[in-house]
Amino acid sequence: MTEEIIIAGFGGQGVLSMGKILAYSGIMQDQEVSWMPSYGPEMRGGTANVTVILSDNRINSPILTQYDTAIILNQQSMDKFESEVKPGGLLLYDPNGIIRPPERKDINIYKIEASKEASNLGLPKIFNMIVLGGYIKVKPIVKLDNVMLGLKKSLPPRYHHMIPDNEKAIKRGLEIVEDVQKV
Amino acid sequence: MAETLTKQDIIKDENIVYKKTGLMTDKVLSYCPGCGHGTTHRLVMEVIDELGAQANTIGIAPVGCSVLAYEFMDIDMQEAAHGRAPALATAIKRLMPDKLVFTYQGDGDLAAIGTGETIHAANRGENITIIFVNNGIYGMTGGQMAPTTLPGMKSSTSPYGRDIKTMGYPLKITELIARLPGTYFVTRQAVHTPANVRKAKKAIRKAFDLQKQNKGLTFVEIVSNCNSGWKMTPVKANQWMVDNMFPFYPLGDIKVDGELVK
Amino acid sequence: MAKELRLMKGNEAVAEAAIRAGCDGYFGYPITPQSEVMEYLMAEKPHERTGMVVLQAESELASINMVYGGACCGKKVMTSSSSPGISLMQEGISYLAGAELPCLVVNVVRGGPGLGTIQPSQSDYFQATKGGGHGDYKLITLAPSSVQEMYDFVKVAFDLAFKYRNPAMILSDGAIGQMMEKVVLEDQIPRLTEAEIIKKCPWATTGKTPDRERNIITSLDLDPARQERHNLKLQEKYKKITENEVRYETIDCENAEYIFVAYGTSARICLKALQLAKEKGIKVGLFRPITLFPFPVNQIKEMAGKIKGILSIEMSAGQMIEDIKLAVEGKIKVEHYGKMGGIIPSPNEVLEALEQKIIGG
Repeated sequence: MTEEIIIAGFGGQGVLSMGKILAYSGIMQDQEVSWMPSYGPEMRGGTANVTVILSDNRINSPILTQYDTAIILNQQSMDKFESEVKPGGLLLYDPNGIIRPPERKDINIYKIEASKEASNLGLPKIFNMIVLGGYIKVKPIVKLDNVMLGLKKSLPPRYHHMIPDNEKAIKRGLEIVEDVQKV
Repeated sequence: MAETLTKQDIIKDENIVYKKTGLMTDKVLSYCPGCGHGTTHRLVMEVIDELGAQANTIGIAPVGCSVLAYEFMDIDMQEAAHGRAPALATAIKRLMPDKLVFTYQGDGDLAAIGTGETIHAANRGENITIIFVNNGIYGMTGGQMAPTTLPGMKSSTSPYGRDIKTMGYPLKITELIARLPGTYFVTRQAVHTPANVRKAKKAIRKAFDLQKQNKGLTFVEIVSNCNSGWKMTPVKANQWMVDNMFPFYPLGDIKVDGELVK
Repeated sequence: MAKELRLMKGNEAVAEAAIRAGCDGYFGYPITPQSEVMEYLMAEKPHERTGMVVLQAESELASINMVYGGACCGKKVMTSSSSPGISLMQEGISYLAGAELPCLVVNVVRGGPGLGTIQPSQSDYFQATKGGGHGDYKLITLAPSSVQEMYDFVKVAFDLAFKYRNPAMILSDGAIGQMMEKVVLEDQIPRLTEAEIIKKCPWATTGKTPDRERNIITSLDLDPARQERHNLKLQEKYKKITENEVRYETIDCENAEYIFVAYGTSARICLKALQLAKEKGIKVGLFRPITLFPFPVNQIKEMAGKIKGILSIEMSAGQMIEDIKLAVEGKIKVEHYGKMGGIIPSPNEVLEALEQKIIGG
């Protein structure tokens, strides 16, 4: 099994840390993983994206132009990455701020109202964990237990008090993800 | 066959008034006769010898006239790239804090190409000693203008005299160094008379003593001549130094016990 | 006991590997995309873990000369930087090579020339493998293509550096420095004591004791005849390194008609291109040099007799291709495909280049 994922949004949305938790989850279930961020001035508040690959085998290119899954969190990323999902692949997006929803007919599309839900819960910082929950619901490549282990490994101990909120968010994500189109 | 007197016949314990410095090698000094480097080398080695620190000292030679200092000093030494001696010294002292570490540098090395390393080692308060020989000229390369060349002073690259309008002012690096909080003892000495030699030695000894106490950077400038570069006889060069260098680079302590001398 | 696993950036892996390899000192200056090396070290407080010294220098000039000072004392010392900073260090690296000092320099390459870009590149190949500074000298150059190798090669590089008394370089790039992968961590190797260093490095400036002559470390010898002898000795050493230390990896080369030659990030891209090629029925393999100096000349030469063409993939205008061509001796077609200025070629582009420049060309 190899899963090639792009996670893209604004800097500050927790794109990179979501990718890191996903990658750590892969390690927890004995997989090979890679996490390749866009880096540079973009880090400072502009767009941010990260390519995450989980595989049972040695990972080849950490940089890709086609993905099994795109997790899209802003319009710029939708414009850039919708076309780069492999036919039959998966696109998961948060409709918040999306003015032009995905148009491809040959991919599976899901949406998740994660920003809205995060603000309802009063926990805007764990928005990315709601998205992650949605993703592992529609593509259960990592077990929830391993995600929780990955989360713990990925967070420095001084943030471990936030784990319960993160867990809550992931579980909420499992519940609220909606399918838009299945192929 | 006539009996010839040996050295031992002439030099007896009772008539010895002066001995070769223990930690100077047998290599004949390559410095011009009358140059201050030889005396300064000797003073540094005498101090190391008196401290019984041969096994505990690492010296760093610069690029310049004293590039071959390691040929004359009987201690472990490193030869640095031009200007970088304080960087080497920083690493040695950090990695081996129990060693005595010193750099031996000229004015081109320390105050031009190596200004950055000098200032930052001083500002970090590295526990090292810098011996700075200032003769106002690039001696080794043939008498070019140095950062310390005096206004109006002739050199091969300021053949009509240093024009401060186009060539800038001489850099009083020692006064600059003294203003940095990382330095503990900063002094300016000379070695052209026996009295000055004694004072300079005291200053060098003090610098190493303070290094042993981890007080911060200690800095001893020796204002010297360059009779070859200045194109004068040694005696005239010393007189010129007294008349011209000393007014601009006055001798004496500049910073003592971490406080600027008023 | 199971080995410790961690998800780490390449830059962080270098730092952790340095601590665990028993490194005595790191001297560095910040530059993107490798600043995480020193950031990680400072956060880890290695002076508490092993007694390792970590110092932020005032410039790359200072940091490489601090490395020189430490290396003269037989200490296991290193620095890291990225292309423009490595250019500044060239004088110091030449001195280190001339004085035959072991040390590690990590170059996390970014696009150039000049200030260039902060994105990954491989345009420092010539600088790393042909000397870089003045004089006839070589660095032992290792090219990691994964975060695990970034970790592993720190120890390998130190071992080789001390074995041959020669500076070693890890030639990485911004992609490998910035990306995270799973890393298997090795156990801590203790730092050497002063007595152990004196035994291992009798040449080191550790303080002249009565039982030996003074130790002098210099790269200066004003006598041309002696300087020539020194150079001949260096060349003899490089020959020995060439004979004994070549490292490389081959993938799908057995029945290949064509070969990609690529190192570092480019090799990873080629791995993907191999997959795509298989789907198209193209028989292509990957030859990945791991040591860039010594370059696997004989292995490529031997391979050239069995294949139809080589495509060198580099994130540069084509630098390693010169070494490949020298090895192939004109027997088969050798072409270059690459991107410059911080752009990473895609696996599709690489495969297309193979089809156009080698198979169809």
